Amino acid sequence: MLRIAGIDFTSRLFLGTGKFSSSTIMAKAIEASACQMVTVALRRVDLENPDDDIMSALKGREYTFLPNTSGARDAKEAIRLAHLARAASGSSWLKLEVTPDPRTLLPDPVETLTATEQLVKDGFIVLPYMNADPILALKLQDVGAAAVMPLGSPIGTNQGVLTDSMIEIIIEQAKVPVVVDAGIGAPSHAAYAMEMGADAVLVNTAISIAGDPVAMAAAFAKAVDAGRTAYLAGMGQRSKQASASSPDEGKLSTDLGFLVEK
Amino acid sequence: MFQSPEFTNLSTNIQGAGSSDVRRALSATRLTIHDLAALLSPAAEPYLPQMAQRSTEITLARFGKTTQLYAPIYLSNYCTNRCVYCGFSADNLIKRKCLTIDEAEKEAMILHDRGFQHILLVSGEAESAVDIEYMEAIALRLRDKFAAVSIEIQPMSEEQYHRLFLAGITAVAVYQETYNREMYKKVHLSGKKSDFDYRLETPARVAKAGMREVGIGALLGLSDWRAEGLAIGYHLAWLRKEFWQTAFTVSFPRMRPAAGEFEPLRIVSEKNLSQLIFALRLFDQDVGLIVSTREEARYRDGMIGLGPTRYSAGSCTAPGGYGGDNSDGEQFSVGDHRSLEEVCAVIKEKGFDPVCKDWDREFQAGSNLL
Repeated sequence: MLRIAGIDFTSRLFLGTGKFSSSTIMAKAIEASACQMVTVALRRVDLENPDDDIMSALKGREYTFLPNTSGARDAKEAIRLAHLARAASGSSWLKLEVTPDPRTLLPDPVETLTATEQLVKDGFIVLPYMNADPILALKLQDVGAAAVMPLGSPIGTNQGVLTDSMIEIIIEQAKVPVVVDAGIGAPSHAAYAMEMGADAVLVNTAISIAGDPVAMAAAFAKAVDAGRTAYLAGMGQRSKQASASSPDEGKLSTDLGFLVEK
Repeated sequence: MFQSPEFTNLSTNIQGAGSSDVRRALSATRLTIHDLAALLSPAAEPYLPQMAQRSTEITLARFGKTTQLYAPIYLSNYCTNRCVYCGFSADNLIKRKCLTIDEAEKEAMILHDRGFQHILLVSGEAESAVDIEYMEAIALRLRDKFAAVSIEIQPMSEEQYHRLFLAGITAVAVYQETYNREMYKKVHLSGKKSDFDYRLETPARVAKAGMREVGIGALLGLSDWRAEGLAIGYHLAWLRKEFWQTAFTVSFPRMRPAAGEFEPLRIVSEKNLSQLIFALRLFDQDVGLIVSTREEARYRDGMIGLGPTRYSAGSCTAPGGYGGDNSDGEQFSVGDHRSLEEVCAVIKEKGFDPVCKDWDREFQAGSNLL
């Protein structure tokens, strides 16, 4: 089971709540996905208003509520937003997003590391959104991130997991859970990330702008399950060259004639 | 802390592997610990040429056409431990000697003049002879004369390792000897070394102290070498996760005749040793693999480029052996007696570059607070 900061999750699909045509559709899609972790942009919701459309649509359900700092341009802004969110919601969970470029919304590695270190000291459970940089992942882990969230491709592009070589290294090295976030545009992308050994994926746009978001949410749930099961089952390896299936096959250039029996 | 898996379970897991497991491991790009078990199994023996081929390809890709070279300096053969396999064991009636700082420097300069830039300081465990102050003094004396100074001495505390790091030591080797807890108890009769867990935790203390490189390994000939290999794999993988800024090496000390007439309890053949080296190379593409002069010239020459990345050369395993003219009080007798020059010539002949300098004292200069 996936465990982050002492909380167990049976679902490995996290959902974003942006870009849905209505909060009713959003709630239905979340329901269909069986997800247990939902991220909400602080800029979008009014945490102190009980009638806020997103918050009321989410009310009464068993989600771990993950406020995000979308829109923060630097560590200072993100830290301030985080404290506001905790004061209003009572939850210490935080998806840290520091995205100084409003066009690409790519994460700032320097500010993200600074903010993570401070917010961990302030008692937050920090899940930083980051570029797929293995060293950054380890540094974030070292300063106390509860998980790392490397991007598959630029957010909202639906391009899939273009950073797979780097994400593979992050998965291999990290001690904290790795959640592939951003760029996942199709259930097959989600399955691919899970097959690689990602601990979870976070999906938003691919579901919210689908013709039928509710059906798409269910499709993603299946894909995440399938990918995880395949990973645990032990995937066969892809290989560019045919590999010997018996000891005598194939030409070998390595000479072991120097070995003696002693 | 690292929990070493139950040794007999490791043996059982390895014996359970079949040829389909071996083939899977051979075609995998990232190997799991189960793949390593398969490659260490008897089922992998017919695939030794395939393993050699993969190991050669990976070693070439990751390390290029190079072989690193270093030489050991034995500082002292005083030892308070009684270890049945070791020439330095307290019970053995050998000539004991501990070099003074000046003598150590003299030995080091002989190696320096022969062309060595990386030396490994070795000693038995006897606090009265070799303690932290002694090591610190030698490190400070040698740090500016060599590109890299490593140590292979008794386990120390994290704080002591940090002191040595600041004094110029960059790497520490500490071999578990055997990951078989019961066998460990049997062969380490008395002395500080008889504490299995303290030794097992040492590589982590070294890494925590900031050392650049940590060497681990098992003495081949005490117990099931396949299970030792798998235990090394577990230990290495754990260390990598915990200490991502540290480089790791594995050594393969295969038991040789020593004073005290100890015969290896298990025979490990050259084929076995090669299988172990290839398996670990496939399991961890970037780990440094060290083959010392315990092995014969023929074997070392044959293995150039196939998996090992570092060789010792021109070694003497007795304190003062480079300046003196006899090998009394040596830890073990070496199998390759050639000089650095001769070893370099063979490496070049194979199309490889013998690398004596792969570090620089400047890296340590900034940390010198002493």
